[in-house]
Amino acid sequence: MTILKHELRLGRKAWIIWSASVSFLLIVTIFLFPEMKGEMDNISSMFSDMGSFSAAFGMDKMNFGTLIGYYAVECGNVLGLGGAFFASLCAAAILCREEKERTAEFLLTHPVSRVRIISEKLMAVLIQVLAMNLIVYVLCIGSMAAVGESIPWKEVSLLHLAFLIMQIELCGICFGISAFMRKGSIGVGLGITFILYFMNLISNITEKAKGLKYITPFAYCDGSTVVTDLKLDAAKIAIGMTFCAAGIAVAYLKYTKKDIR
Amino acid sequence: MQVIKTENLTKYYGKARGIIALDLSVQQGECFGFIGPNGAGKSTTIRTLLGLISPTSGTASVLGKNIITEKQDILRETGYLPSEAVFYSGMRVKDILRLSADLRGKDCSKEAAVLCERLDLDTSRKADELSFGNRKKVAIVCALQSNPQLLILDEPTGGLDPLMQHEFFEIIRERNKNGTTVFISSHILSEVQNNCTRAAVIREGRIIACDNVDALGRSNAKRVSVSGEIDISGLDGIKDLSTAERSFSFLYSGDMNTLLQRLSQGKVSDLSISEPDLEEIFLHYYEKKGGAV
Repeated sequence: MTILKHELRLGRKAWIIWSASVSFLLIVTIFLFPEMKGEMDNISSMFSDMGSFSAAFGMDKMNFGTLIGYYAVECGNVLGLGGAFFASLCAAAILCREEKERTAEFLLTHPVSRVRIISEKLMAVLIQVLAMNLIVYVLCIGSMAAVGESIPWKEVSLLHLAFLIMQIELCGICFGISAFMRKGSIGVGLGITFILYFMNLISNITEKAKGLKYITPFAYCDGSTVVTDLKLDAAKIAIGMTFCAAGIAVAYLKYTKKDIR
Repeated sequence: MQVIKTENLTKYYGKARGIIALDLSVQQGECFGFIGPNGAGKSTTIRTLLGLISPTSGTASVLGKNIITEKQDILRETGYLPSEAVFYSGMRVKDILRLSADLRGKDCSKEAAVLCERLDLDTSRKADELSFGNRKKVAIVCALQSNPQLLILDEPTGGLDPLMQHEFFEIIRERNKNGTTVFISSHILSEVQNNCTRAAVIREGRIIACDNVDALGRSNAKRVSVSGEIDISGLDGIKDLSTAERSFSFLYSGDMNTLLQRLSQGKVSDLSISEPDLEEIFLHYYEKKGGAV
């Protein structure tokens, strides 16, 4: 587990910054809720009049006057995007790190197999994503309790679980892409996340693009749907996990045979 | 036992040439030099032997093991010193040394302490803050601390000051005396001449000479330095001519009697005829049209 420990140490700063940022924003959002609750009737009717813009963000189905309605939309924006960016950046950078930073001659001339390198790096990414989600979940639940609201356990837990699954899917896809990269990876991570995020927005706006919901992982963690249905869409998740597994398989196939320069 | 053996080892990067049909044999306990200028294929050879890149064709074994199927076994007994020592950002020297030892599954702390002492390396400093030479020292300790059977050293002295170079080769000679096989890739001829018993010369991806260092240094040409009133114009076999006021220095591979006759026609105030050093011969190996002297 030397490589795993080493990767966790290398990723420590980024993990702290991302976890702190996402947690901070969510905590602020939750602490703002009691103050905004009284004004939510007006805001909810305003959002319902905004047509496809509201539909894009799932705000047409939610009651902003309730904590879970408010949280589902805000959580979707903060943890949805923030977590997705972190997972993508982390996974896209990890396999090509040695070639980008020219440390390949250090790591790969030690007696460790490429399969071991891939496996421990993958574990490092997943541990970081899991740890970030766990911290965020605990802090959000704590914040809800702190503002004196009753905690909608099932809704919040399902929502956070959906975001975790979405981040794992992005990890798998970006991990596969990372095996092909030699230099820059930030653009790839950000680009993929943005594209998939906007696919979900488009599929929310127009019926013609409903098919995109089966491609983007943001579809099965759409806060309004999760909170309304009180279950996750197993079919979409199964498709997502297939993409994830394919990404990981590609990483193993490519990296074990790759010429490291 | 042949510690390194390659047969027709070839590597192309797409259409670009890496190495072509390389046949190399390094015996156990040898200190072997691998000479060539930048881009000749030295690093490609090393990277292929260490499994960083796959050969396009041909076969190779290191320590009797196949470089593709038994890569880990090879790396377990091989210490590698890269030409450019780069480490993970933010790590201290001691952490890098421990990471290297952990990756080998060994406790190398005692040997590392001895090597750091001899190379005057401060292990508490961050690698990012180190000079090129000090980073090289870290890489040297990483390569040597596990007492490997084979040492592959790529441009080993780049960045080291003369005192450290001396100490480094002292350590290498001790290891070699204790049975470690050493493979030194370099374009600094004196390093190879002073430390290796055999050497191969690589040019444009192909081995063009492989022999004892003494034999490689032997040639038909002589270094001639002469002062006085003499005329050497029109003499065949003159290369690398440098002239100063009433003195000439050149490599001469023509007929010696003709040279002496020409010199006797003039007034010679000083004359020296000596063996050219390996550096001079090396330059001629690399003359595109020249070939061996």
